[in-house]
Amino acid sequence: MSAGHSHLKDLDYSVVQQCMHCGLCLPTCPTYDATKLERHSPRGRIALMRAIADDRLTITKTFGEEMYFCLGCLACQTACPAGVNYAELFEHARAEIEEKKILANPKRNLIRGFTVSWLFMDLRRLELLGKALRLYQQLGLQALIRRSGVLRLLPKRLQELEAMTPSVCDKFSAELIAPITSAGDTKKYRVAMLTGCAQDLTFSDVNRDTVEVLAQNGCEVFTPAEQSCCGSLHAHNGEWTLAQQLARRNIDQFPPEQFDAIITNAGGCGSHLKHYAKLLVDDPAYLKRAELWDARVNDIHEWLVQITIRNPEAGIRNQVVTYHESCHLTHGQKVVSQPRELLKAIPGLLLVELPEANWCCGSAGIYNLTQPEMAGQLLDRKIAHIKSTGATTVATANPGCLLQLINGAAKAGLKLRVVHPMTLLAEAYHAEDRDRHST
Amino acid sequence: MPLANATLARLREIVGAENVLTSPEDLIAYSFDGTAAMQQLPGAVVFATTTEQVAQILKHANRTKTPVVTRGSGTGLSGGSLPIPGCIVLCTVKMNRILELDRANLTILVEPGVTTLAVSDAATAAGLFYPPDPGSMKISTIGGNVAENSGGLRGLKYGITRNYVMGLEVVLPDGEILWTGNKCVKDVAGYSLRDLFIGSEGTLGVITKVLLRLIPKPAAKKTMVATFAQMDAAAQCVSDIIAAQIIPCTLEFLDRTTIRCVEDFAKVGLPLDCEALLMMETDGHPAAVAEEAAKMEECARKNGAMEVRVAKDEAEANKLATARRSAFSALARLAPTTILEDATVPRSELAKMIRFVAAVAKKYNLRVGTFGHMGDGNLHPTFLTDERNKEEMHRVEEAFKEIFDEAIRLGGTITGEHGIGMAKKSFLPKFAGDAQMRVMRELRRALDPNGILNPGKMFDR
Repeated sequence: MSAGHSHLKDLDYSVVQQCMHCGLCLPTCPTYDATKLERHSPRGRIALMRAIADDRLTITKTFGEEMYFCLGCLACQTACPAGVNYAELFEHARAEIEEKKILANPKRNLIRGFTVSWLFMDLRRLELLGKALRLYQQLGLQALIRRSGVLRLLPKRLQELEAMTPSVCDKFSAELIAPITSAGDTKKYRVAMLTGCAQDLTFSDVNRDTVEVLAQNGCEVFTPAEQSCCGSLHAHNGEWTLAQQLARRNIDQFPPEQFDAIITNAGGCGSHLKHYAKLLVDDPAYLKRAELWDARVNDIHEWLVQITIRNPEAGIRNQVVTYHESCHLTHGQKVVSQPRELLKAIPGLLLVELPEANWCCGSAGIYNLTQPEMAGQLLDRKIAHIKSTGATTVATANPGCLLQLINGAAKAGLKLRVVHPMTLLAEAYHAEDRDRHST
Repeated sequence: MPLANATLARLREIVGAENVLTSPEDLIAYSFDGTAAMQQLPGAVVFATTTEQVAQILKHANRTKTPVVTRGSGTGLSGGSLPIPGCIVLCTVKMNRILELDRANLTILVEPGVTTLAVSDAATAAGLFYPPDPGSMKISTIGGNVAENSGGLRGLKYGITRNYVMGLEVVLPDGEILWTGNKCVKDVAGYSLRDLFIGSEGTLGVITKVLLRLIPKPAAKKTMVATFAQMDAAAQCVSDIIAAQIIPCTLEFLDRTTIRCVEDFAKVGLPLDCEALLMMETDGHPAAVAEEAAKMEECARKNGAMEVRVAKDEAEANKLATARRSAFSALARLAPTTILEDATVPRSELAKMIRFVAAVAKKYNLRVGTFGHMGDGNLHPTFLTDERNKEEMHRVEEAFKEIFDEAIRLGGTITGEHGIGMAKKSFLPKFAGDAQMRVMRELRRALDPNGILNPGKMFDR
């Protein structure tokens, strides 16, 4: 990178100029809603980016903190009639902040170096960590330590973090899903399944359920054991070059021309996976394939509705279910009606609308770790709405949201099943077998 | 131009340090409102939460002759809340309590930072109706609506903000607190100062409480969309509806360019193969609604409408209205800068005015999207340009001069609902004439002798 390089200045100015500051984004922005300060609003943040592009402001620490105070939920993109590409602006702003090292300090560098640049660059490392954590939980050490009261010696923030540690699955996706899952006689499509990082570590069963639902609907599923991170964590956290590396690796592993669809079941991943062409725009060797890749990536709900699923014949036990929209599924990918449609296809399931269903739950990638206070406010608001529906189950299609809601329900002492729509759908297909055997 | 340290210290004393913003990042975020191509840095942004705080801020500003620009959510479209360099931006968004909903007198008393939508929702929850619905109603504040005398889609039948304001609490530039109006339907005691403050664009006082009139909610409503192959046919359809003595609650039109942008954003299934689209809505007693809707449809068909589509339910009707409200912002999809005006003419002159706008755009070689409130003659010709292209911006200015001249010639006005602010300041003297300008200047000097409130806006003292 040359010394004069600037992500925001190098951006096509029309992207910055697209915002005509009408203010229609303000009521949909969770941080503006909470603070009523323009700086914490989409148009305020864009004004700051534009000021940097215009040389009226330098990259300051305050600017850096502001860009990390933004949840990146993209609700503003849905609200914006002018079609401002906030995601692109926001990622470039964060990339510039990282390059200028404006927020650098030893602790932050260590954590970022460990997670973004090391752990999530090779998922074997993440798996290893997951196994260690699993051992810690399975041997009862976690329970023991929690009971012992030793944790009270930790600073409050660390105590909270310990409480948020997800339970690691007994088995990772590779142990649950064969590299090729046959669709039997009904094969109509060949699809690839991306198992994800957080998803694989804590919700590998959701991956298994997804593959089962696909196989039930004529899709032969290719699920290689070793996969890479999609790079969304990196792009959202200003690590542009690493995100590009991961994009190339994925395109190589899943040549898009070989599949009818490349499936993701995590809202956050999908939103990033569909924009590899933007990421690799300056790479002539990959650009064409990246464009095809973007076209082939499908969120699972989007794909299933597109190919028209076979409605399960058997019901699951009567359940009142509400649906929380993952931000990046709704605002990032505009997949809004499909998850609801699929849920309604399950006999015996009563879907009740969640007030503010498309309002961020505070998970927002690693936001709940970096901005616990705002994340906590959003979680409380979400849990209160879930309570108001009277539902006993909440469905949501992103691992971050799943974890956040599990923690929120636990904190509120609320008995609530938190589940991915694919799990409910898989259960319904299983119930068919059960019914068949019993008759 | 930073504010004097003593002033900042005093402001912090009045509202608390956390409610006084001075960092460059904060000032940049408050350096504009919803108006295109205008930007100026304030000296500080101050959030008041009570009338008393507003009074103290103004007292200090008056004594030190510091300019004050009052601002709500900053969605104005004429630069009314654009900061004066180095001024105090007095932001009212934290004064956002609904104080009273009086079901016996059908009124609601609110603080100025309450959003228009919140007022509307509160009314609906009580089975009542607050009709004014400016395009930015989801976030615009009622204080800003009153200061700008905002209109909206329902102006034709229900009038504008002015028709719903029954009383105001206003802080005068010297800090004195004044109440004007009350809950009486009839009140002729003295000058109607209330009416003087409505639409005064923050130049005469700071509004700190608003008493609004509510009306019963219409029992039924029907929304339909009619499309036309020619603009003139749509205009004639509107004239026919009015001539048939039907007053629909909305009669909105979009031209081809605007339809495409709106559909691209809202995806509500607007037809793209027409030159003009009318969105028509009638409300009231179910029998009257049915009859009016049938007559309106007949007018549309008689004028060769390509299609008349009736919204099947309230949800679809709301979607259509929301889509229409996005028109101005949606046009920004086509160009970096969108400059919109709101020239308004008597309804009988509407077709003439629409043709004139098209001719002017052609003459100056400009791209234009036109939409607006056809039922009340309020047009929004929007030029699509790029503020960095100085030469084109100049042509835009010239085009607007002609449009304003024509509006005045046809017996219309230079602004129907956005206000003068900065954007139309230079056109006001010609429109208002010497006598009106003199009275307005004297009124302003009498109320604000030191010229601290929104100086340089509307007209120079």
